[in-house]
Amino acid sequence: MPPDASKPTATVKDNREKMLERAMSRHHYSGDALIEVLHAAQELYGFLSIPLLQSIARKLRLPPSRVLGVATFYHFFSLAPKGEHFFQVCTGTACYVAGAQSLLDVLERRCCKSGGTSPDGKVSVQSARCIGSCGLAPAVIYDGKILARLTPEQLNAELDRIGVK
Amino acid sequence: MSVKTLVIDGKAVTGRAGETIFNVAWENGVRIPRLCHVGGLSDVGACRLCLVEIEGQRKLAAACLTPVEEGMVVHTSSERLKEHRRLILELLLAERNHVCAVCVMNGACELQDLAAELGVDHVRLRYRFPKLGVDTSHERFGQDQNRCILCTRCVRVCDEVEGAHTKDVFGRGSGSLIINDMGGPWGESDTCTSCGKCVQVCPTGALFSKGKSVAEMRKDRGFLKYIVTAREKREWIR
Ligand code: SF4
Ligand code: SF4
Ligand code: FES
Ligand code: FES
Repeated sequence: MPPDASKPTATVKDNREKMLERAMSRHHYSGDALIEVLHAAQELYGFLSIPLLQSIARKLRLPPSRVLGVATFYHFFSLAPKGEHFFQVCTGTACYVAGAQSLLDVLERRCCKSGGTSPDGKVSVQSARCIGSCGLAPAVIYDGKILARLTPEQLNAELDRIGVK
Repeated sequence: MSVKTLVIDGKAVTGRAGETIFNVAWENGVRIPRLCHVGGLSDVGACRLCLVEIEGQRKLAAACLTPVEEGMVVHTSSERLKEHRRLILELLLAERNHVCAVCVMNGACELQDLAAELGVDHVRLRYRFPKLGVDTSHERFGQDQNRCILCTRCVRVCDEVEGAHTKDVFGRGSGSLIINDMGGPWGESDTCTSCGKCVQVCPTGALFSKGKSVAEMRKDRGFLKYIVTAREKREWIR
């Protein structure tokens, strides 16, 4: 990502899996906690992909069709980000202190409100509570990859690059 | 076990405590219409065709979910109920594509039979004609969402009797779909045992055996009673 396009952001450690695991173990991997676990997963990933639901089904020892059924019953859950690109800004304490709000401001000014998708369908924006990568604050997950210590300048540059006005 | 005495359509009948109005009525020859209830499976009250009037109660009750009570006076086939049932059937017919003339279940479909029985000869609502998928990936069975009335019999039999829980309901409302596992093709399901129970209990042509052409598919629910009695009472009665 310009001006740091060479930075191998993809290799930054993604702790979301561990965070989700913790949420499940808090509920003793009980199938009854499916909704709580789906909430935690959506909070962490922004949406519930099929492979993510697969792994939740396996861990909670539930039939896959039930997990998908529950995930599609509630409007709160979504199976895919609506926009072409998806920014998730961590607003957990560490990221907030490190300036997450100014990143969210950029996205809200140029794209759409958090939780929404820009009118041209290009970008969806969401905030998340701590994604378990506080050392990288402020962290943003951009199309599934973690961007560490992001600045508003870098963010603006990336928005320019993908053609956001 | 305590016994309840009640009146159904003018007939004095008795039922066991906890038994539903639906079951007591049928045991006594009063055939309340139904589409989602099927003996041997849990009841969910999805179709509302079994609505009955209970004297002293303003709201109609789903007979398949309402336990009998001492002194109840139940009416199962007033004009008002018949009109409600006709409307429910029309809604079901308008919701998807029930073109009986080209359906494998023509002549043995529970939806078609009920519509005939209740005199639904035309549908006053606009047909929605959704274009839903047909899944023929399973080697022996097919699934046509266009003929599904979302009664969830297939979901329940697969979960409660076969124990596989391959099927469930995706989404909500009239756009719901019956899915297999994570929504992939039925033929790729790794939980389906190909037992065919769901096909046999499906009241319409939504689930069918492959190789049947128009009006050729016939279903047999006899197995359900056999299995459920065997499991619950350890008696194998054919
Ligand atoms: S064939 Fe048997 S296991 Fe497969 S979906 Fe139908 S009821 Fe379930
Ligand atoms: S596929 Fe058949 S049994 Fe299953 S919900 Fe639809 S109509 Fe009912
Ligand atoms: S606060 Fe943002 S990763 Fe922990
Ligand atoms: S049979 Fe009672 S609601 Fe369907």
